[in-house]
Amino acid sequence: MISLSSYLILSAVLFSVGVIGFLLRRNTIVIFMSIELMLNAANVAFVAFSRFLNSMDGQIFVFFVMSVAAAEAAVGLAIILAMYRTKETVNADEMNLMKW
Amino acid sequence: MLDYVGLIPLFPAIGFAVNLLLGRRMSKGAVGFIACAVIGLSFLVSLLVFADLLKLPPTSRSLEKVLYTWILAGEFQANVGFLIDPLSVVMMMVVSGVSFIIHVYSHGYMHDDRDFPRYFTYLNLFVFFMLLLVSAGNFLLFFVGWEGVGLCSYFLIGFWYEKKSASDAGKKAFIVNRIGDYGFLLAIFLIFLTFGTLDFKAVFAAAPGKFAVGSGLITLTTLLLFMGATGKSAQIPLYTWLPDAMEGPTPVSALIHAATMVTAGVYMVARCHVLFLLAPTSIFVVAVIGAATAIYAASIGLAQNDIKRVLAYSTISQLGYMFLACGVGAFAAGIFHLMTHAFFKALLFLGAGSVMHALAGELDMRRMGALKPYMPRTYWTFLIGTLAISGIFPFAGFFSKDEILWKALTEGGFAFWLVGAVAAFMTATYMFRVAFMTFHGKSRVDHQVAHHIHESPGIMTGPLIILAVLSTIGGFIGFPIVEGWNQFHNFLAPVFAPLPKGADSGHHAVGFEIGMMIVSMVIAGLGILSAYRMYIQSPGLPDRLAERYRTPYEMIAHKYWVDEIYNLAFVGPMVRFSVFLWKIFDDILVDGTVNGVAAVVRGGSEIFKYLQTGNVQSYALFILVGVVLMIGYFLF
Amino acid sequence: MVETALFIGLAVGSVITAILVIVQRNPVASAIYLIITFFCLAGIYLLLNAQFIAIIQVLVYAGAIMVLFLFVIMLLNLEREKKIITPYRLPRVLGVFLGIVLLAQIGMIFNSVLLEGSRGDFPPEKVAALGNTEVVARLLFTDFLLPFEITSVLLLVAIIGAIVLAKRQI
Repeated sequence: MISLSSYLILSAVLFSVGVIGFLLRRNTIVIFMSIELMLNAANVAFVAFSRFLNSMDGQIFVFFVMSVAAAEAAVGLAIILAMYRTKETVNADEMNLMKW
Repeated sequence: MLDYVGLIPLFPAIGFAVNLLLGRRMSKGAVGFIACAVIGLSFLVSLLVFADLLKLPPTSRSLEKVLYTWILAGEFQANVGFLIDPLSVVMMMVVSGVSFIIHVYSHGYMHDDRDFPRYFTYLNLFVFFMLLLVSAGNFLLFFVGWEGVGLCSYFLIGFWYEKKSASDAGKKAFIVNRIGDYGFLLAIFLIFLTFGTLDFKAVFAAAPGKFAVGSGLITLTTLLLFMGATGKSAQIPLYTWLPDAMEGPTPVSALIHAATMVTAGVYMVARCHVLFLLAPTSIFVVAVIGAATAIYAASIGLAQNDIKRVLAYSTISQLGYMFLACGVGAFAAGIFHLMTHAFFKALLFLGAGSVMHALAGELDMRRMGALKPYMPRTYWTFLIGTLAISGIFPFAGFFSKDEILWKALTEGGFAFWLVGAVAAFMTATYMFRVAFMTFHGKSRVDHQVAHHIHESPGIMTGPLIILAVLSTIGGFIGFPIVEGWNQFHNFLAPVFAPLPKGADSGHHAVGFEIGMMIVSMVIAGLGILSAYRMYIQSPGLPDRLAERYRTPYEMIAHKYWVDEIYNLAFVGPMVRFSVFLWKIFDDILVDGTVNGVAAVVRGGSEIFKYLQTGNVQSYALFILVGVVLMIGYFLF
Repeated sequence: MVETALFIGLAVGSVITAILVIVQRNPVASAIYLIITFFCLAGIYLLLNAQFIAIIQVLVYAGAIMVLFLFVIMLLNLEREKKIITPYRLPRVLGVFLGIVLLAQIGMIFNSVLLEGSRGDFPPEKVAALGNTEVVARLLFTDFLLPFEITSVLLLVAIIGAIVLAKRQI
């Protein structure tokens, strides 16, 4: 019998990996993938709680998280495309037009 | 009609409001008509109030009519309430009557002025405040009127505000008045502290019980009250604004600075006579300053060449007489002179205005002369006014001035009488000097102007005639000696009784009184003769006298250099202090602080702007920092 | 027993592939590893009796979203990078440090707090009896109808947004 904590620790580790990837990588696409990783970590936590608390709310919420993630991925990638057209690069460090 | 006494100040207020809002859109005739009509209505109502008052027995002629409770704060209560007694009724009639005559005159005099509606708006506002002042039943409402007339005086003196001397004169009047008002306010505070109320009736009834005669507090209070009076009524040392106030239109000088506003101080002293009689020191000060001012101003008037300035100094001098009368306890005499002075001084000013109108604004008497053939009505009315002010029987001034001199001699002492007599001599001299220089002798009028000399239109000479008639017969209601003929004195007697000295203290011999009257006439006659000698018979005489007595002449021609002294002693340091406050405090400290705060904020933002790296990852880093901190806080 | 082994396998797999996602030089390789991570997670969901979610994970995440990612990578013709990590020192150090701290904190939370909540109405047996998908569907169309419908609007907005943003000329 796997305890709830195990699943939650898994979720925590995945989330941290996503965070570190987000902060360290230069390529915008990989940054995006780290975001997806973070969202999935949250999903795992939701489903785990849903199973162990005998409630379906968690799984319903995961459903919505996934649909939002899909929409966000679509729009985000469109933005990256637009940026690439202007700057010829997807390097996050060079996207600093709002710098003081 | 007594219940409707509130209408008396109300009518001019309505006139003010109408002319203020609609004046520019109405024709000049309509504006003038409304302004004069409301004053006429006020005068009518005051006559009706007078008639109603006469129906009451003499002992119960003191009524209070409260409109509504204005202030109710803890124990302090002040009402909008009017006091109807013989004194206020006399003042109401004089003020509204003379105002009406001058309004009619103004309609003609100011006819070509661009700001005709504004003039009548201010004038009506002034009459409203003045009527409020004379009918007020408590010190607070009285002060409202007091301040209001000062304000309107400022407006009207600086009426032609584009002229710097006029706006300066308006400011000077207001500021010097303010200094007096400071004393007045302190007195009101003291009265409230002592009596707990500001109601006239209550205060005057309680006063004899509260103070021992001559105690320090009452002396201080009355001296402060008198300080206010010196400001408003142009006595030494706060008189300097009145000659400058001649910058305003001539009817304004007639109304405000001759007949009504400047008499507010005299009215105040008369109204508070109970308090003054309890403080012998103060009342002596009043008499001394009154007498000193009378002779001082008369001496200056001898050497002035501007016709309005002479009349201004004459006003100061005559006000000194009124204060002298109050100072020796003859309050009724003071009020009597106030009334007759209103008639003949207004007449003299309006006559001067008529002359100026004919000579296209010429003020300097050295450029006038031989105007009598061209302006008969102006001349004759002016002559009547001059005779009245000089105190010649049977004109009004004779009765009032003589009564003052008589009371000064019997109640005050020989010194007061002597000062008054010398001032009377000077008055006759300088007034006839004006008359002779303006209307007689050789014409010194400028050629351009000489072509257009004409008599003034009927709307201007009509009021002159009315005032001349009043100056002739007005004195008879104060006919002395014969018992019961002094109607004026008897009418006012209930107000001024009981006097500790007794109304008719020591019946002096009738012969003595008649003898003194003849002496007064002789003195006046000598004055007229001197003027005649100097300006008709030998016109070169004044210049030779000025050469011989150079120093005295310089002193009076330069008004004893008082304006210059005040500027040096008070105005100069004040201005320098203000400049210091401006340059150091305001510019450096205050502006520096405000700008400094802005500079600090700007400096702070210069540092914080480095947070805006434009890099998404760094923003996410900041979020992460915040999250970690928050979770850490909740964990521990 | 089997369950534990499966869990450990899938968990370790997902963590390792996740780490590999963020250290690859080639973005395509990152995408592939991410797909593998998703598959592992789908397995975890199956272990948790959330069959519907597992299938949706594969279909939507691995099937649609990652395909989209790969399309964009191919479209941009991205290459292997020389330096993959941001050159600035402060975000590097701070990022790693904070990530580890965050992990520690979350771990502490899960250890210290009693993970109890109000028990709901759906014990696993009941869900299994009805069928996971049916239960989820039933809830979606009754209790959670409004969010469901709003989500469809959200997707519409996303479509329009994506098209407008990616056009060459508006």
